[in-house]
Amino acid sequence: MEILKKTNIDFMGKRNYAFAASAVLCLFGIICVVMMATGKANMGIDFAGGASADMIFAKPLNMADARGALDKAGFGDAEIQALSGEGSKFKLLVRVKKTNVPTEQVVGKLKEAFDKSFPDNPAVIDSSSAIGPTVGKALQKDALWAIIISFIGIIVYIAIRFEFRFGIAATIATFHDVLAVLGVFMLLHKEITLLVVTAVLTLAGYSLTDTVVVFDRIRENLKLRQKDGLLDIINSSINEVLSRTIVTSMTAFLTVLALFFFGGEVLHDFAFAMIFGIIVGTYSSIFVASPVLYVWKGTKGGRLIKAAMLTKQPVKDLSAKPAPVSVKPVQPAPEAKPVAVAPAPDGGAGKGKKGKGGRKKSGARA
Amino acid sequence: MKKSLIWRSILISAVMVLAIVLFLPSLPEVRSSLPKWWPGNKINLGLDLQGGMHLVYQVQTEKALESFTARTAINLKNTAADKKINVVDVKPISATEIEATLANATDTNGFLTIASDTGVLERKSSEGTKVVLAVKNKEAERIKTNSVTQGVETIRNRIDQLGVAEPVILQQGTEEILVQLPGIKDPQRALNIIGKTALLEFKIVDEATQLTPPLPGNVQPGEEEKILAAYKDKVPADDEILFEKEVDRETGAVSRRPYLVKKEVRLTGEYLTEARVSIDQRGRPEVSFKFDTNGAKIFDQVTGSNIGKRLAIVLDGNIYSAPTIQSRIGADGVITGNYSEEEAKDLAIVLRAGALPAPLKPIQNLTVGPTLGNDSISAGQKAIVLGALLVIVFMAVYYKMSGIIADFAIGLNIVLLIGALAALSATLTLPGLAGILLTIGMGVDSNVLIFERIREELRLGKSVRAAIDGGYGKAFTTVFDSHVTTLITAAVLFQFGTGPIKGFAVSLSLGIMINLFTALVGTKVVFDFITSKWKLEKLSI
Repeated sequence: MEILKKTNIDFMGKRNYAFAASAVLCLFGIICVVMMATGKANMGIDFAGGASADMIFAKPLNMADARGALDKAGFGDAEIQALSGEGSKFKLLVRVKKTNVPTEQVVGKLKEAFDKSFPDNPAVIDSSSAIGPTVGKALQKDALWAIIISFIGIIVYIAIRFEFRFGIAATIATFHDVLAVLGVFMLLHKEITLLVVTAVLTLAGYSLTDTVVVFDRIRENLKLRQKDGLLDIINSSINEVLSRTIVTSMTAFLTVLALFFFGGEVLHDFAFAMIFGIIVGTYSSIFVASPVLYVWKGTKGGRLIKAAMLTKQPVKDLSAKPAPVSVKPVQPAPEAKPVAVAPAPDGGAGKGKKGKGGRKKSGARA
Repeated sequence: MKKSLIWRSILISAVMVLAIVLFLPSLPEVRSSLPKWWPGNKINLGLDLQGGMHLVYQVQTEKALESFTARTAINLKNTAADKKINVVDVKPISATEIEATLANATDTNGFLTIASDTGVLERKSSEGTKVVLAVKNKEAERIKTNSVTQGVETIRNRIDQLGVAEPVILQQGTEEILVQLPGIKDPQRALNIIGKTALLEFKIVDEATQLTPPLPGNVQPGEEEKILAAYKDKVPADDEILFEKEVDRETGAVSRRPYLVKKEVRLTGEYLTEARVSIDQRGRPEVSFKFDTNGAKIFDQVTGSNIGKRLAIVLDGNIYSAPTIQSRIGADGVITGNYSEEEAKDLAIVLRAGALPAPLKPIQNLTVGPTLGNDSISAGQKAIVLGALLVIVFMAVYYKMSGIIADFAIGLNIVLLIGALAALSATLTLPGLAGILLTIGMGVDSNVLIFERIREELRLGKSVRAAIDGGYGKAFTTVFDSHVTTLITAAVLFQFGTGPIKGFAVSLSLGIMINLFTALVGTKVVFDFITSKWKLEKLSI
């Protein structure tokens, strides 16, 4: 069974639309980062400090009543969320972020508040977290370092395995993915916790594997089709690995889908970030990494991308095979000018003809 | 070809056996029936799965320094008196400085000699009759570091008495202590026992000074601040107001009784050798304690010279009881108060294990109750089973028989992963379960890449065997590169992440590395076996 047989989509041609869409995604992401830096983003208590408690009640509680009990105790700002408990028990998650009460006392006071307001429905605190502000700040710093070092590692590795240009393109695509996920979290006002940062870093690594699949094919084609323009090479490379890219993302997607629906409340946001991240990651390998590779300024060729490819105009019809060099009768020897050693500015032509009969068709692989 | 095929098959089989051997102890049903010599441990569950507490305390080392300086000042004063140097007062003026006021300026040199004899003080300034001494820097540092290491020991002793299995008590950084109590049933009690400074001090109640207006008989809990503020300027310089907890026998109402107490600490808990719960004549629990020889001597002298006065027994700044001194007391004493038996027991534990050299400030408390822990485990298991099923079915449908081969490889991958986690005593956390799930999703990608390549080769007209070899050969670099990139971020997560996140990084990294073996070598062996046995015209892929 095959989802996609031979395709010939002009991905690179659509790159301007893609850039526009990506720019919007990145914009949301940048807004989110700014909000995080200025303390206005919805940060989890592991970053912001504060306390949270999972309280289990024997009888269901009306949310408005719960809110009233908290208001009376001076915790009007607390966030409350009702979760399904085992059997008939009612589970309430209470989060307190800003308060004058010392963090370690908050959970105790929450229990007091509920016990006072609902004396016949005692609260049992199943799990709780209390995190002082200094720990939160240390965690923020660690998270930031983790992100920075990941990116450096990525650039270095890709630049070594491919070429510097590829490293930049891969990093920009990965950056784009991270911003897109953060942007979605900001739009949906979801809490950014340490697990969310973990998801973001993981999908950065995973989006990279997707990008590597495309780059790998591009690298191979660059070696084989040295006479073609870069745009054509990239376009056909993407088409060749399209089904591969989609299927690998599909398998990972299926697993995080299972996590999203059945993985429980703790991993829920993590799964959501991964789901969105895998989709964006696949999109970015095709529509961000590859076009950036093409668009990155420079006529200087590198180890893989030769200078000739950068200037060659794209072929109009992708499905047509590149026109074979026409065979001209060889001039009688004495009149043949010696071939200049220095390559002509447009590359290729100065190197002389490649043996009899023109070039091999580029479709065959050894 | 044949020989390498045999070797590889043997290797794979050996690895499979090893994986199962390491994996079995983690299955609770199987565990009990395994013989004693079975290698491997069961898998370590993180706190978020088995329930428990994760606490981080910050040691207030400054306070340790302050009390050291205060004690040194008292010792200086006593030594000066012994050497017949007339001293008006010796008192600490900061965490590290002591100011002494001498009766005669001529005694300065003699006093300075006494100070330097202690080995921990150095002269800061001396003018006329005032001498200012400072604790040496090295000594101050030593006290600070000691207060942390001693804190770790004290907490360890206290927790030992709680009966928690496999607690973790570690110093973290320069000033923090990490405490992990897996599976603890009563988190609040643990918090109380750990956090008690247990600084036991004996002071004399000042009944000679009259305050106007006189101190109230008792106040409501919570009103202590108001009383302290109201009397701030009326209390003499060497006195302070402390409160005793009183419980009304009939109503059970709690109130606080203020006392005017002389600040000077006559004796501290460091001289204690024993503390036990006993029952007094009226059947109420009390804590009886014993001093060592030095402590007994001092206690004897203090009680002897204060007969008729009240002795305030102060624990962590609260008066526990203030009995009247009837006669000299030597080594044995009793603390009575209105405790329940459990409170008395806990107090005895804390007195026995020793006082914390410096107070602890809780800066992080993550408690996972058993409900959440169990919910997490079952949710994780459900998600893994469902995710694995989805992937297995997808691969079988999309790649037919080759897909099924890949499915077996993934199965081997997971079994090896769990076995490796158990063998390395790595901790499996809830995000770690997600890591196992992601290993399935990402690991199967290796095979997808190889199979797509094989399909491409077949399309070009290669023979089955050539296509398989070509596919594996060419896809290897892509598979390798993509795994390395995932490993880079996993390594960073391991370095910077907290406990549960580390668990995720470990699961994912191990899974991906094992995948290189199972997806490449493991499946290739099967293909090679098939092609060597049967000459295939078409490949089910």
